[in-house]
Amino acid sequence: MNYKLILNIARSLLLARWKQTLIAAIGVTFSITMFIALLGFMSGLNTLLDGLVLNRTAHVRLFNDIKPSMEQPIMLDSAYKNSYPFIHSVKSANSRQDIYNGTQILEAIKKDNRVEGVTPKLLTQVFFNDGTVEITGVVNGIDAIMQSKLFHFGDYVVAGDINGLTNISNSIILGKQLAEKLQLNIGDNVQVVTINGDRFSLKVLGFYKSGIQDYDKTQAFASLATAQKLLNKPENYYTELLVKLHDLNQAPAIAKEYAKKFGTQSEDIQTANAQFETGSFVRTLISYAVGITLLIVAGFGIYNILNMLIYEKMDSIAILKATGFAGRDVKAIFLFISLSIGIVGGLLGLLFGFIASLAIDQIPFNTESLPAINTYPVDYNPAFYLIAAVFSLVTTFFAGLFPARKASKVDPVVIIRGK
Amino acid sequence: MKIILEARHINKYFGSPKKVKVLSDINFTINSGEFVTVIGKSGCGKSTLLYILSTMDTDHEGSLLIDGEPLDTKKEWELAKIRNEKIGFIFQFHYLLNEFTVLENVMLPGLKLGKFPAAEIKKQAMEKLDMLGITDLANSRANKISGGEKQRVAIARALINNPDIIMGDEPTGNLDKKNREIVFDIFTKLTTEFNQTLLIVTHDESMAKISDRIIEMEDGKIIS
Repeated sequence: MNYKLILNIARSLLLARWKQTLIAAIGVTFSITMFIALLGFMSGLNTLLDGLVLNRTAHVRLFNDIKPSMEQPIMLDSAYKNSYPFIHSVKSANSRQDIYNGTQILEAIKKDNRVEGVTPKLLTQVFFNDGTVEITGVVNGIDAIMQSKLFHFGDYVVAGDINGLTNISNSIILGKQLAEKLQLNIGDNVQVVTINGDRFSLKVLGFYKSGIQDYDKTQAFASLATAQKLLNKPENYYTELLVKLHDLNQAPAIAKEYAKKFGTQSEDIQTANAQFETGSFVRTLISYAVGITLLIVAGFGIYNILNMLIYEKMDSIAILKATGFAGRDVKAIFLFISLSIGIVGGLLGLLFGFIASLAIDQIPFNTESLPAINTYPVDYNPAFYLIAAVFSLVTTFFAGLFPARKASKVDPVVIIRGK
Repeated sequence: MKIILEARHINKYFGSPKKVKVLSDINFTINSGEFVTVIGKSGCGKSTLLYILSTMDTDHEGSLLIDGEPLDTKKEWELAKIRNEKIGFIFQFHYLLNEFTVLENVMLPGLKLGKFPAAEIKKQAMEKLDMLGITDLANSRANKISGGEKQRVAIARALINNPDIIMGDEPTGNLDKKNREIVFDIFTKLTTEFNQTLLIVTHDESMAKISDRIIEMEDGKIIS
């Protein structure tokens, strides 16, 4: 088949009806633009909402829970080897809360190439003193730099400097609500009483705001060294190890593996936050459904316009066939017309979609719960652009296929004799 | 004498469910270089016969040979190729493509055949236009020229691939006296100077007079 000739004829037919062509192309452009903007925006919001929880949650968390020993003395007695003991009212022994061999485990996990990073944490209950009032709270001893790098800790510190936690000894970052309750400003000192009864004075470096009020009422952050000092513990005392993986989906398997290997309890992110995946899946599904509907509607527009074009061009089709163009040549001509509408409309749609995304990205969006966000979030995922491009070609192809088949079946004798 | 076109026992029916026989047992041959006209009253089946001979209407009984080649078993695209290469058409209503210029209209079947490069086809097309005296229209749009000019463009287009046979369905039926005479002159010139085979269906007595052979039809049969 002589594609250059076919293409040339298709172009001439297109240009002869350039207004209809333009309208068809605008239909495709509009739907692709909306598809890109909608999916980018929805996906951006999804990422943001999921990130609220997922970003600051460890993929795998290793810890020691207080729970009764699985091995009771009677099980060790050979006399009862073949029996099954029923023991009532088993109590937890005074087991340690820190992770045994914490430093060694930390080093071992760091060497695992599935792991993006790991950081230790020390949780301890304290009382904050405000005159005669005592408020219960939790001090999280963290490595501020690693915590920021892996779990975006820095994004949620609304005032003050996180580097100070490591550089200034006896410093603390308070939850925003907690600080308000205690009437404290940056630079003030806060009195802390530990569970052992020791009293410390810590300098307030900044405020933390997670977006979850109940959490911000009780939480405070200090360096690991400060937290260890509060508990009067050595520097290898950690209560938790927080692991971030390269691939989130491996978390359940790795959690199990580590629990067995290091003899600790473990929890993976999927178990901890099962509902989030469902939510984002449904939101994504809705945006795809709307986007694809738009494209199909545009496809019907092209179908109509091509059908009209074929009725108008019956004479031309007949003459092409009489002078030696086969049915498949005519079909190719109309498919080319349809696909070129799809390609031009689609490319413009991708461009306008990108511009619309940039515009949405500029709209101010300030919310109490998200201190790190100032404008609407937009996802510029290339996959959306790819899907839109492929889909615009597929819809225009099918929208053109049926009219093209009709055109290829036009009987020239009927047209020529019919005059 | 080489036989260009041969019709053997062609029967054609119209309509369903009640069939009407419009052509019955048509047999004839056309030799190379002959100028044949088909005449007869309206409804005698002469146009129907022409469209069967043109390979566009395949719904008939009997067989058709062009250049010694039987067409019975050819597929749609093979017939299209034969039309492109071996048959030139001239219709009553000119049927040019309005989206193209005169020159492009003439070139189109040549480009489709693809036997020569585009530049060569353009040169040949200009020669044909020159022969028909319409070189100055080459770059006009096909819908911007007069009826007589259109018919000459259609003749140029029919000639572009140097076909074995040119078929015409009332090519002068829609023209005034002056243009009709121009077309007569062209046909005469084609047969005498270029030895072109012509098969023309017409009502026009004067057209029949200048032809080598007249086939007269009545009620779907050849009577002389």
